[in-house]
Amino acid sequence: MTQAVLHPILGLELAYWQETIIRVLLGLVALLLLTGGVVYLYLFKFVSFMQSRLGPMEAGPYGSMQLLAEVGKWLQKEDIFTEDSDKFIFGIAPAVVLASTFLMFVVIPAGPNAVVADLGTGIYFVLAMSSLSVIGILMAGWASANKYALMGALRAGGQLIAYELPLILAVVGVVISAGSLNLQDIVAAQSDGAIFGWTGIGNPYILTQIVGFTIFLIAVQAELTQTPFDMPIAESELVAGYQVEYTGIRFLVYFIAEFATAVAFAAVASTLFLGGWQLPGAWGISDGAMNAIGPIMISIKAVLLVGVVFWVRFSLPRFREDQLQKLAWKVLIPLALANIVVTGVMKVVF
Amino acid sequence: MANPLSDFLRSYLTVGIFVGLSFLLFGLLLLISWALRPNRPQAGKYKTYESGVDPVGTMWSQSQVRYYIFALLFVMFDVEAVFIFPWATRLEAYGYFGLIEMFIFIGVLLLGLVYAWRKGVLKWA
Repeated sequence: MTQAVLHPILGLELAYWQETIIRVLLGLVALLLLTGGVVYLYLFKFVSFMQSRLGPMEAGPYGSMQLLAEVGKWLQKEDIFTEDSDKFIFGIAPAVVLASTFLMFVVIPAGPNAVVADLGTGIYFVLAMSSLSVIGILMAGWASANKYALMGALRAGGQLIAYELPLILAVVGVVISAGSLNLQDIVAAQSDGAIFGWTGIGNPYILTQIVGFTIFLIAVQAELTQTPFDMPIAESELVAGYQVEYTGIRFLVYFIAEFATAVAFAAVASTLFLGGWQLPGAWGISDGAMNAIGPIMISIKAVLLVGVVFWVRFSLPRFREDQLQKLAWKVLIPLALANIVVTGVMKVVF
Repeated sequence: MANPLSDFLRSYLTVGIFVGLSFLLFGLLLLISWALRPNRPQAGKYKTYESGVDPVGTMWSQSQVRYYIFALLFVMFDVEAVFIFPWATRLEAYGYFGLIEMFIFIGVLLLGLVYAWRKGVLKWA
């Protein structure tokens, strides 16, 4: 665990603090690069092509610098706190949401040693951290002292806790199959697995846990408050929900957190169901080489899964609030519990 | 080499460093923004937004009780999830005993959901 990221490649022996700096900085760079890439690829270009337009074309080749221009624009906006708002809570609410997003990236492995912190509780830690964002959103909605914001925050709270349950329960199926909460163990269990004795591509859990995978993706869509689950920030009903009083940089932080969380959930889904950083076949590649190939593999899988989220987002109209709650409590949760029971029986009987 | 910290504590120290870094990044963004942005206070600019008209009444108002009921239901299932995770990791060791035990546990909780369902809590009037 304390082996350096670079150790297997370069043969370097690093102290804990040197290693930690490298890990944390690489993790941060990966987080920002992937988020920026996803925003450009899907929010700017993919949706434009779906709607028969070109999207941003002016800033940089094919508008690739558009995101930097946007950040520059938001940085220059005046920072307005309304006179009725609870200024301290209002000010730090975006930081809570951002921290929640950041902490999800900490345990996602991108190679045999390429992980910021390899915690034994792995997936449990990710789920716990992802649910912290509810607190930030409720803080924002309450402190804004705005009716739209309060309604948006209550909707967001109701939605996020309702869909957190199918999310957690869908993961339990994978935990039963792998017999561990540690994400590295889950990756190893998939690459060492066999499909009826055939070990060609291991046994990615999307095959045995297809129900869990589907529930997980639907719940992720709701956790990210993307259409068709975007009632908390429904612009035609609530203006922008809990974000309505935010301007400039604090608004931008919500924006960054939303898309970084999309990448994080996609990376978690690819780790749990698509084999994580492992190549489809165990071809006897050394750990050192996998530390370089792994990040690329998980990035490809995660970006493709984010694509699914955005594809759904730009294809479907918005649900009604009661339909949303009905879907979570009456369909997804019983289905996820049934999935746990069936997986448990299969594990014990066979 | 004797480590002052165990691997376990060290990995959580790394998590702590990452928390600090996320707040540091937020502070850095605020600092850059503070250096770049204008500040032109005007009367009326700091009113709460309410679609253009002056805000009516107090903003910290009462809300629908149904969100509270959903929160209660959530607590019920969240506690269930806390108990299911350790069971799920050790299922092979528990065998049939653990399986039947968990069926009873999930069954009791499902009764709670069915009760809320029958009471019409999940239906919005």
